[in-house]
Amino acid sequence: MISAAPNPSQRPAPDLTYRPTLWRNVANQLLSGLATLFCLAALSPLFLVLLFVFQKGSALLSLRLFLEIPPVAGDSGGGIGSAIAGTILLLLVASAIAIPVGVLAGTYLSEFSTNGRIAQIIRFGSAVLSGVPSIILGVFVYGLVVVTKVFLGATFSALAGGLALAVLMLPTIITTTDETLKLVPNELRLASLGLGASKMVTTFRVVLPAALSGIITGVSLAIARAAGETAPLLFTALFTSFWPDGLLQPVGSMAVLIYKFATAPYQAQNDLAWAASFILVILVLLANVAARLAVGRLKS
Amino acid sequence: MASTVGFLLVGILWVIGSQSRVAIGLYGLPFLFTSAWPPVEGTPTVGIWPMLSGTLVSSLLALLIAIPIGVGSAIFLSENFLPKSLRSSLSLLIELLAAIPSVVYGLWGFAFLVPLLLGPQQWLYDHFNWLPIFSEPPQGPGMIPAVLVLVIMVLPIITSISKDALLQVPDELRQAAYGLGCTRWSVIFQVLLPAAISGIVGGIMLALGRAMGETMAVTLICGNSQQYTPSILAPANTIASLIANEFAEADGLQIEALMYAALVLMLSTLVVNMLAQLIVRRLRLRY
Repeated sequence: MISAAPNPSQRPAPDLTYRPTLWRNVANQLLSGLATLFCLAALSPLFLVLLFVFQKGSALLSLRLFLEIPPVAGDSGGGIGSAIAGTILLLLVASAIAIPVGVLAGTYLSEFSTNGRIAQIIRFGSAVLSGVPSIILGVFVYGLVVVTKVFLGATFSALAGGLALAVLMLPTIITTTDETLKLVPNELRLASLGLGASKMVTTFRVVLPAALSGIITGVSLAIARAAGETAPLLFTALFTSFWPDGLLQPVGSMAVLIYKFATAPYQAQNDLAWAASFILVILVLLANVAARLAVGRLKS
Repeated sequence: MASTVGFLLVGILWVIGSQSRVAIGLYGLPFLFTSAWPPVEGTPTVGIWPMLSGTLVSSLLALLIAIPIGVGSAIFLSENFLPKSLRSSLSLLIELLAAIPSVVYGLWGFAFLVPLLLGPQQWLYDHFNWLPIFSEPPQGPGMIPAVLVLVIMVLPIITSISKDALLQVPDELRQAAYGLGCTRWSVIFQVLLPAAISGIVGGIMLALGRAMGETMAVTLICGNSQQYTPSILAPANTIASLIANEFAEADGLQIEALMYAALVLMLSTLVVNMLAQLIVRRLRLRY
């Protein structure tokens, strides 16, 4: 018993009404206002960028934009058909490499590894790999493929550019595959194994199909990101205004076209840079929104 | 298949390391702290100090601005300031910020931010040019627009990772603190932020790695200067921009030196990223 404690009945009754002028309440309001302001500040660039890109990019939208190649310096008109074709070619090469490797790696992590040290290290490595600056991936592929001319003597080529983009896509595909497979209910695996199916059959005929929509989501996000990447292509795929000419030749792409034409002294080229940005941004936003909606449906 | 990841990481280091062997032997460690670019055949002093310092200054300044805004937005989007549906659509918008290609940010920065910021920068120079960081007149492209674009690009990383960390804090902690009579913000500062600090710090480290390696947006608006200056108004450069600008046209010794610069960038981002992953993984909340 503490003898010094005052008798509660002798204290004045506490005031239970909310007093807005109290310092703690004023500070509370101020901080809430500040947080709102910060969130608005964080979102404003999105609207500014979209406004600019839509306004400047949509002006040039026409059929010839998709069918023609960029004009020579100083000329007007032209389109970005060759760059669009180049981007598609690069993405096909990258997907052909990254999707099988990434999906199999993610499947291994989720289904076959026994959650031991190796899986831990691979998950860690995949996270670290996704943080490697994309320009470094370009330098890496340059050193690996362009200098050594391992692809039938080709130096700068669509194949090299696709390889760089594949390395970029790999961590995203591995992580999303790994995480979607973990969402597949274990009862499915047990039921399949109970029917006498082997581990392989269970994984490839039951678990993977069940997770397909999630994996497709991850893959499309990875492709959307790769479509906008410039740095890995600068000295692997290089750039050309002309239509793609096979896998072993340099190839143009929308991303590199934006970089090259952004600071060019010719208005026609600047306009094409904005048009290419417009198309890229639309593609990327569509892929992202669709992916979020799909993930939302998958989880519910 | 899964071991590809390991091979890739080791392979990147090995390829870049082996191709920069000659430059490392020639220039050694002073390469980092000398201002002498581009390399000329026969000159022993070559260095990337302007680019190295530009990389550090731009990413640290960007973090300085992005941390309060990012963590503030994360608090705003994880607590019950707004109805839940509105919160999730705002979070989606923040994530869309991260999806826009960096070269588009560069184009936008070049056409919009650079002209917009010229006036305020000129004012800073006119009134404060006795300060070393404002000691050179602005020319348009430079450090300040580059920093702002970096802020925009790392904000979604800081916001979404901090938001996830805050959402992981169990509701019992909030309710207990409210029950003791805390106001909303004393709950946030004294309970939620300390509980989620590992996730927030991990997110900040990831953002640092991203800012250091960011290439296209910065290249288009940093001015690509090759002189060292303490002024943040003047044109600047970063290691990533240096590589992007000069690699395709370089040959011989310059390629070696650029490979050395790439190795420096790779190693520093690798360290930052590994630390970030370790912080996020090791210090994960356990309740």
